[in-house]
Amino acid sequence: MNNLDPRIFAQSFSQVALTVTAVVVAAAAIALLVYIVLQRWLKWRFALPIVLIAPAAIGLLLLVAYPIAYNVGLAFSDMNIRRFLPEDRSYGLLQFWENIRSVFTAPVLRQVMFFPLLLRTMLWTAIQVVAHVSLGLFLAVLLNRPMRMRAVYRTILLFPWAIPQVVAVMAWRGEFNFQFGYFNVLLRTVGLEPINWMSSPFWNFVAINLTNIWLGVPFMTVILLGGLQSINRSLYEAAEMDGAGKPGQFRRITLPLIQPVMTPAIVLGVIWTFNNFNIPFFINQQELETSDILVTALFRSAFVYFRYGFASAFALIIFAILLVFTMIYMRVAKFELDLGTKRAMGAKPLGVRR
Amino acid sequence: MNNSQSTFVPIKPHYTLSQRVGRFFVRARGDSPAKRILIHAILIIACVFAIYPVLRVLSVSLRPGNRLLSTSLAIVPQDASLSSYYQVLWNRDFLLWLWNSLIVTLSTATIGVVLASTSAYAFSRWHFPGRRTGLIVLLATQMIPATMLLVPIFVLATQLGLVNTWRGLVVAYSVQAIPFSVWILKGYYDTIPVELEQAAMIDGATRLGAFYRVILPLSTPALAIAYLFNFTQVWNDFLLARIMLADPQLFTWTRGLNSMQEQFQTQWGEFSAAAVMVSIPVMILFLVSSRWLISGLTLGSVKG
Repeated sequence: MNNLDPRIFAQSFSQVALTVTAVVVAAAAIALLVYIVLQRWLKWRFALPIVLIAPAAIGLLLLVAYPIAYNVGLAFSDMNIRRFLPEDRSYGLLQFWENIRSVFTAPVLRQVMFFPLLLRTMLWTAIQVVAHVSLGLFLAVLLNRPMRMRAVYRTILLFPWAIPQVVAVMAWRGEFNFQFGYFNVLLRTVGLEPINWMSSPFWNFVAINLTNIWLGVPFMTVILLGGLQSINRSLYEAAEMDGAGKPGQFRRITLPLIQPVMTPAIVLGVIWTFNNFNIPFFINQQELETSDILVTALFRSAFVYFRYGFASAFALIIFAILLVFTMIYMRVAKFELDLGTKRAMGAKPLGVRR
Repeated sequence: MNNSQSTFVPIKPHYTLSQRVGRFFVRARGDSPAKRILIHAILIIACVFAIYPVLRVLSVSLRPGNRLLSTSLAIVPQDASLSSYYQVLWNRDFLLWLWNSLIVTLSTATIGVVLASTSAYAFSRWHFPGRRTGLIVLLATQMIPATMLLVPIFVLATQLGLVNTWRGLVVAYSVQAIPFSVWILKGYYDTIPVELEQAAMIDGATRLGAFYRVILPLSTPALAIAYLFNFTQVWNDFLLARIMLADPQLFTWTRGLNSMQEQFQTQWGEFSAAAVMVSIPVMILFLVSSRWLISGLTLGSVKG
């Protein structure tokens, strides 16, 4: 069991070092090649920015674009554990149709169907984002006043955000243990019946939600606190002069003025929660299908049930849902990307060249 | 002379203990003492909620072997001992996992930040064709569920023989945080006046020389945020390591900790000791830098 041999340490070091060197050399080679082609041969005025982007762009193509394209290809295949090798798979439009159809009509895992899964994911996202924003805003408003120990409170409240998520989730999983977890210990001390957090579908879902609220509120609190602190105090004094009460001030001044901070935080929150894997996966120790959300079901369909072709089609559908959500959102909120167009230098080279 | 000076000596107020306790809660204008006490009480309760699960991990790690599973809710056990720490350090592969995580994280985070810093500079300073599309595509990658990429990455890695090696992971880790870092860095470069580079170029610097000597040093805060972001992404990654690594010799600490939970159902003390040792450095890093890190995440990424 014990691998604390210096040679093993050296082995992994040399493997990593070799790969890192290869990556660096490859990046430099790409940049040089692009430079020679664009600057020396074509003498293009945008040669330099393209050279600067090229290594990162090729890396992203390899890691993101190519796998997505490959995923689309796999969705047309009948790949599974028995048809793993390329020569055993068969591709075809009919197979694609079959994959897409079975996502909606057949159980995604053993029992659970697609639409209950989608509903549960939406419920989970709604619960989480509402809880994060309301609790976060509440704590941020409390913290946003001159008071003693503010820095101490702020730091302690950030603890759940700072702890590595995997550690936090595995620790929480232990706390939902039937016999030794503190929830059940507390319930027993109060004289109530202990809860079966891991095997009861309802309570398992509650447990997942509790854990993620604990993890997500601190981040939202600090973001919103930053927004609150940027609001000019004199606005409140002016409102007070005009006779506005505290609730009126909150609704008319605070909420509109933290919009610029709150809106991106909510959008990111929705996407991150929708795609959250760690919490629903780890807290659900007994692999209850009633606690799965879309992404964990996707993981299991590929890496527990080995239905790769099916999982690829499933992944495309999840991606389409997210895309539609984002597009609707951008329409409704007139979401403006800050592309920094005013600042960029434009095509003209700088006045002085040596 | 003497007389005029003495009039400016500030008068130090003397408070009794009860007055001091009162003043602790009544400092700001407006709020009544009762309201202040209520606010502090709510915040203290929130802090207890935030910190208690963390303390529980610490507590379990301090329990000696024979009392690992206990229903006591006390934080520091009466017979606290460091035996779990000793066990996990010398009788498990924990140090090897830490070592693997450390070398991979440090190197890939560095590569990621270097690639992102140059790309962000191009996006910030030139209007090349495809710039807008590029920025939107970078933002769109943030919406793709990591799980969606796992199937194709796993299948491709199996066919290329990259499973159970560090090669594929190092490439993937180097690139995965680039989109976010580019957005953070581009937002920061945008706030640096172009005139600074122009001045440097009048003094004889090349374009890249001006970037290296002027822009990069000025962007240290944003670079630090990007590095920290890259670092934590890799350091805390579980999913990729879970599908790519099967050999315990190659495990990162996330994968290793997870295998400890799977294998040794009862070794909660050792698990917690490992968790504490992994978490403390990261938590200190996070808490110290939280102010910059969080503002960078919101300001650099998206503006609504």
